[in-house]
Amino acid sequence: MDVELRGITKRFGPVTANDNVNLTIRAGEVLGLLGENGAGKSTMMNILSGLYSPDEGEILIDGKRVDFEGPGDGIAAGIGMVHQHFMLVPVFTVAENVILGVEPTGMFDYLDLATARKQVRDINEKYGLQVNPDALIEDLPVGIQQRVEILKVLFRSAEVLILDEPTAVLTPQEVEDFFGIVKSLRDAGKAIVFITHKLHEILEISDRINVLRGGRITGEGDPKSMTENQLAEMMVGRPVSFDVDKGPFKPGETLLDVKNLMVLNENDETAVENVSFHVRSGEVVGIAGVQGNGQSELIEALTGLAHAAGGKIDFLGRDITNVSVRERHRMGMAHVPEDRHKSGMISNFTIYENMVLNTYYEDRFSSGPAIKWPDVLKTAAQYAVDFDVRTPSVYLKAGNLSGGNQQKMVVARELERETKLVIASQPTRGLDVGSIEYIHSRLMGARDEGDGVIIVSSELDEIMALSDRVLVMYDGKIVAEFDATAGPLDKNAIGLAMAGVTA
Amino acid sequence: MTDTTSQSNLADKLLQRAAPGRAEFEDLVVVPIFAVIVALIVGALIMLATAVDIETIGRSYLALLQGSVGSMNAISETLTSAIPLVLAGLGLALGFRAGLFNIGAEGQIVVGGIAAVIVGFSFPNMPWIIHMPLALLAGAVAGGLYASIAGYLRAATGAHEVITTIMLNLSSYLLLSYMLGLEWMQRPGRSDPVSKSVLPSAELPRLLTDIDPNLRLHAGIFVMIAAVILVHWLLFKTRTGFEYRASGENPDAARYAGMHASAIIVFAMATAGALAGLAGANQVLGVLERATPGFSSGIGFDAISVALLGRSHPVGVLFAGLLFGALEAGGRQMQVDAGVSIDLISIIQALIIVFIAAPLLVRAIFPWGFKKPAGR
Ligand SMILES: Nc1ncnc2c1ncn2[C@@H]1O[C@H](COP(=O)(O)OP(=O)(O)OP(=O)(O)O)[C@@H](O)[C@H]1O
Ligand SMILES: [Mg+2]
Repeated sequence: MDVELRGITKRFGPVTANDNVNLTIRAGEVLGLLGENGAGKSTMMNILSGLYSPDEGEILIDGKRVDFEGPGDGIAAGIGMVHQHFMLVPVFTVAENVILGVEPTGMFDYLDLATARKQVRDINEKYGLQVNPDALIEDLPVGIQQRVEILKVLFRSAEVLILDEPTAVLTPQEVEDFFGIVKSLRDAGKAIVFITHKLHEILEISDRINVLRGGRITGEGDPKSMTENQLAEMMVGRPVSFDVDKGPFKPGETLLDVKNLMVLNENDETAVENVSFHVRSGEVVGIAGVQGNGQSELIEALTGLAHAAGGKIDFLGRDITNVSVRERHRMGMAHVPEDRHKSGMISNFTIYENMVLNTYYEDRFSSGPAIKWPDVLKTAAQYAVDFDVRTPSVYLKAGNLSGGNQQKMVVARELERETKLVIASQPTRGLDVGSIEYIHSRLMGARDEGDGVIIVSSELDEIMALSDRVLVMYDGKIVAEFDATAGPLDKNAIGLAMAGVTA
Repeated sequence: MTDTTSQSNLADKLLQRAAPGRAEFEDLVVVPIFAVIVALIVGALIMLATAVDIETIGRSYLALLQGSVGSMNAISETLTSAIPLVLAGLGLALGFRAGLFNIGAEGQIVVGGIAAVIVGFSFPNMPWIIHMPLALLAGAVAGGLYASIAGYLRAATGAHEVITTIMLNLSSYLLLSYMLGLEWMQRPGRSDPVSKSVLPSAELPRLLTDIDPNLRLHAGIFVMIAAVILVHWLLFKTRTGFEYRASGENPDAARYAGMHASAIIVFAMATAGALAGLAGANQVLGVLERATPGFSSGIGFDAISVALLGRSHPVGVLFAGLLFGALEAGGRQMQVDAGVSIDLISIIQALIIVFIAAPLLVRAIFPWGFKKPAGR
């Protein structure tokens, strides 16, 4: 099935998210879609899947014009979208989730789960998805949950699959498996639109590349002949540096000292076991590890969101093991949370409210019981400019920002204050290359001014580029430590440690 | 990036507020208006279906209009009915904003009313300037404390406030009938459960008796207006309000931001209860002048509708309360003039809520009233 978008324009108030866009999607082909944060990629795909209706332009399927009244029409026409934020019912099984809304029923509306399970298994086999139809969603890792989303659209016989930043939440191993699935879908004749900010991925998987800027298609790329640098320049309109400018390493006194820390997860199982490490002033400590090896719990304990079941945390010479989140924040701890939607922002609040989500109480923004909103507004606008948060106004709801711009908003709030220790989990998740460059330089700036910095990232490249020291977590423990100041880091050795292979 | 003047220009641009979108206008104004219209039409259909003739239906709606805004007395009655609805509605709205589904306004009204009556009859010789505010305060404090029981249970044990506030509503009725039988509370010489009368020094004075001694509008209207302003300030201008709203929208984010969830729950419940308690105090000090069984007359439940209809926004609650007050006052007139049961008013109120809650339905019925299907 071939799909053509012709002259699509979509406006949100003063913002023109898509401006006269033309796009062709062909069966048996992976179309890579690239563009800055806020370029209009998600909007365009939401139009294609029927979620939004365009202000101008038309959609043609195999040459025939179609009009979608809602996402139901999109999927009925064979266009399925996998959103970056999964829409699964956690207490349902895979099969139940897959059939939700299109349940096969027998006599008297009897729910025919057996048939459903069989159909799910058939699709599984055909594309090598390897998902157990009887598993509960809440027990599955993110990578598998994503496959369930793909199953859902395949079950509804989609011929066109739209994947919006599918790899942002995946570990490198999961990405590889995921690419295998994408390839088998393509070979089966499906048309695939693939959105990502990771240039090497787009070069690896796509057959054709389209670049979007400011709502317009500004270029076509050939993945066989182009380099990452060329793509980056096409995207942001200037050369982008992938190297991080680092000042000389001048570590100062110890800021954070963690001794024999134990943390339990929500099921009361040991998630962090006997972890000890320290962070000095002017030093970046990277924490590498496959997701789910205790990093999240470690960060929660450091920031006060989880209780330490044992051990001791000293910050600035004070025992903060049982000190509140607010007090740690007051002492100069900044925290970029790993999941911005879960805890880092409030979608229904305006941008300016989100910019002071955890600083509203400070004297800068409050006097007595009242918040000084005029001051908040001015500061928020300044932060937005500094971090290039693309929005027409700080009065906009944060949920209406594009994914990457939401992330910039969160990072801006955390870095634009007097800090001593910056704890950043996945600081560049969903960001375009230009923005990554800027956030990295700000993190390095904090280090060079004498802050301690902790980086947790599923991107090993990011950890290696930023860190002065790398700790590897495996199964709740720190299993290896690498010093980047002594010489170049050994990516292989880190990778092995992450896999639990002890040297 | 380096050019500082262009940067500050950009910052200024970001400070501009987009004109309120058409969608917001439709949501806040057009949908409620249409919802009221549809509810009235469906109400008429229900009357038709129950064999009421067209002429009577016409007369009832005329009476509804006259009884709510058609005369000085009608307006006075509308406002008098609106006062407790708005006060309790504000409390509920505040709770909703903080993510608490407090449906205990009824019980908080009862307890607040009891406290206000007791203070109201207990201090002869006290000057009104002290006595009346003291009685109001007693109502607020009692309502606040009563509601914070549910808040405390939620924060300490996780017991859901919907369950606990329902239980507290029931308990409040029992408490009321028990107390009305107590010797020091019951009116001397009466065997039925009626409390002593509130002393004149504690009464909320009637405002319009110079024009017509029958006009019941009382000084509680100032309490109501002050409460609207205060709640608006609290919710949108203060740190506390910011914390309430943040916890209501996303408790995880609130925790991440260092806000204290259990303190917020207890405190928000208490403020909500205080407002409902004030509503109860207003009824006994301004309208009834004593407490009787059932003096709360379900105001606490109507207030839930008022808070929902008002989108948990103080100004919205004010308008919703006025509308419900008008329906109530007009409904009484309707019963008198056309002999149509006042229950029909409850049906119409319920229908309004249904249609407000289902904006898509309203949009489907009146396609020409709206620009485009919701959110696309
Ligand atoms: N519902 C909405 N209301 C208002 N503006 C919106 C809405 N949705 C998107 N926008 C605006 O449209 C523009 C394009 O957003 P879109 O989400 O399509 O970007 P994107 O290319 O997917 O970016 P990212 O890489 O950051 O995900 C942005 O400026 C965004 O703020
Ligand atoms: Mg996007």
